[in-house]
Amino acid sequence: MIETKGISKSFAGKLVLDDISVKVEKGEKVVIVGPSGSGKSTFLRCLNLLEVPDKGEVWFEGQQTNRPGVNINEVRRKMGMVFQSFNLFPHLTVMKNLTLALTTLGLKPEEEAQEIAHGLLKKIGLSEKAYQYPSKLSGGQKQRVAIIRALALNPDVMLFDEPTSSLDPEMVEEVLKVMKELAEEGMTMVVVTHEMGFAKSVGTRILFMDEGKIKENAPPEQFFNDPQNDRLKEFLSKVLVKIV
Amino acid sequence: MLKWQTFYKYFITNKGYLDALVGLQNTLLISVAALAIGLIIGTLMATIKLIPSSEKLPVKVLKKIVDAYVALFRGTPIVVQLLIMYFVALPLIGLARVPPLIVAMIAFGLNSGAYVSEMVRGGILSVDKGQMEAGRTLGLTYVQTMKLIILPQAIKNIVPMIGNEFIALIKETSVVSFIAVIDLTKAFKQIGDATYEYIIPYLMLALCYLILVLGITYLLRLVERRMRRSDRD
Repeated sequence: MIETKGISKSFAGKLVLDDISVKVEKGEKVVIVGPSGSGKSTFLRCLNLLEVPDKGEVWFEGQQTNRPGVNINEVRRKMGMVFQSFNLFPHLTVMKNLTLALTTLGLKPEEEAQEIAHGLLKKIGLSEKAYQYPSKLSGGQKQRVAIIRALALNPDVMLFDEPTSSLDPEMVEEVLKVMKELAEEGMTMVVVTHEMGFAKSVGTRILFMDEGKIKENAPPEQFFNDPQNDRLKEFLSKVLVKIV
Repeated sequence: MLKWQTFYKYFITNKGYLDALVGLQNTLLISVAALAIGLIIGTLMATIKLIPSSEKLPVKVLKKIVDAYVALFRGTPIVVQLLIMYFVALPLIGLARVPPLIVAMIAFGLNSGAYVSEMVRGGILSVDKGQMEAGRTLGLTYVQTMKLIILPQAIKNIVPMIGNEFIALIKETSVVSFIAVIDLTKAFKQIGDATYEYIIPYLMLALCYLILVLGITYLLRLVERRMRRSDRD
C-alpha cells in the first residue's frame, strides 16, 4: 500500500534519512520506535510528502507520489495524519474542525458531513463537545478529536506522529484506546511512538530507527524478545525498564 | 485673555472653523485613502513574500522587487517621498497636473504599503506552522488552507497593528502642506498667520489630533474585544 524506495533526506547538510526502503501492506500496523533525532518523524512525514525526500521514490496505492504532475492533495486525503501537537483549528468549533475538509473539498454536503461528525464524536464519547471550541478541551480530548478529524475523510491509512508525547500521563490511555479500536477495525496504521506497550500489543511489525537508518524490522515477538541489532538491544534495555 | 478673544473672533465669529473643518476633512481623507492603498499593496506584497520557497525565477524576481520596495520606502523620510512624488516622479511620467490632495493620498499609500506588508507577513507567520500542515494533510490546497485556517487566525494579530498604522498616518500626514495641501495642521497655521497669534491655534491643533487619536484608539479596542469574544479562548 505504501512503499519507499531508497529515500534520503538532509536538513542543512545533515543526513536525517539514509536510503530507506520500507513496505507497508494493507491492514498492517507498523510501529516505528527509536531515539529522538533518529529520523522517525521525518520518515513518517515523507510518506505524505509533508517533507519531500531529496532522493528515492515514495509510492502509495500503486502510484509514485513524489513526482511532478501528481495531485498531492488527493493523495493526502486518503492518508490521515495525527500530530504530536494536535493542531486542531482553534478558531473553529469541534464540529467545524470535523466537517471543514469534507465540505470544502465538496466530498459531502454540509448535513451529511455533520452526521458523519456526530457519529464519530459519539464513538469517542465526546458528543457533548460538538459545538465547543478546542480551547475548552483537555489534551486527551483534543487528540481524540484530531484522530476523528482525520477519520472523517475515510482514509485508507492513518499516520500517527508521536500522538501521546505531549499529553499528561493520565490522558495517554484514552488516546491509545481510540487507536487500539481503530487497529481492531482493520485500519492500516503507521505509528511513531515511545509507547512500547502499545507497540507490543498493537503493532504487527516494529521498525527500529537510528541515525537515519532502519536498524531492525521485525514482528513484535522477535523485536522485543530476540533483537538482533546492538543499538536496539541497548535502546530496549533503557526504555523497557519503564514499562515493567 | 486678549489672545483668546482674538482667536474666538476669528474662529467663531468670522467662521474660521470652516477652514479647520476642511483641513480635518483632508487629513482624514488622506489617511483613509492611504490606509486603503497600503492595505492592498501590503497584502499583495506579503502574499508574494510568503509563496513557499520556490525555484521558479519569476517568483524570485518578484520577491526581490518587494524587498527593494520595502527598503526604499522605509529607508527614506515620508516628506522626501512626498516631494519626489509631487515634483519629480509624477511630472516625469507626464502627470504634473494631478491635484496635490491625490498626490498626498498616493504617496502616503505607497509608504504605508511597505509597513503594512511587514505587518501582514508577521501576522501570518505568527500562526503556528502546524496549522498549515494540518490543513494540507486533510487534502486542502495551499490557498484553501490560507483562506479558511491561517488568515482567520492571522487577522486577529494584524488588525491591532493596522489600527496603529492608521493612527500613525493621521499624525504623519501633518507634513502634506509641503505640497500645498491644506490639512488640519496647515489650517490652524493659517489661522495663526491671519491673526498674528499662534499660541491658541497650535494648542487647539494638538488637542484636535489628540482627540482624533484617542477616539480611534477607543474604537480599536472595541473591535479587538469583539474579535477576542468570537475566539472564546
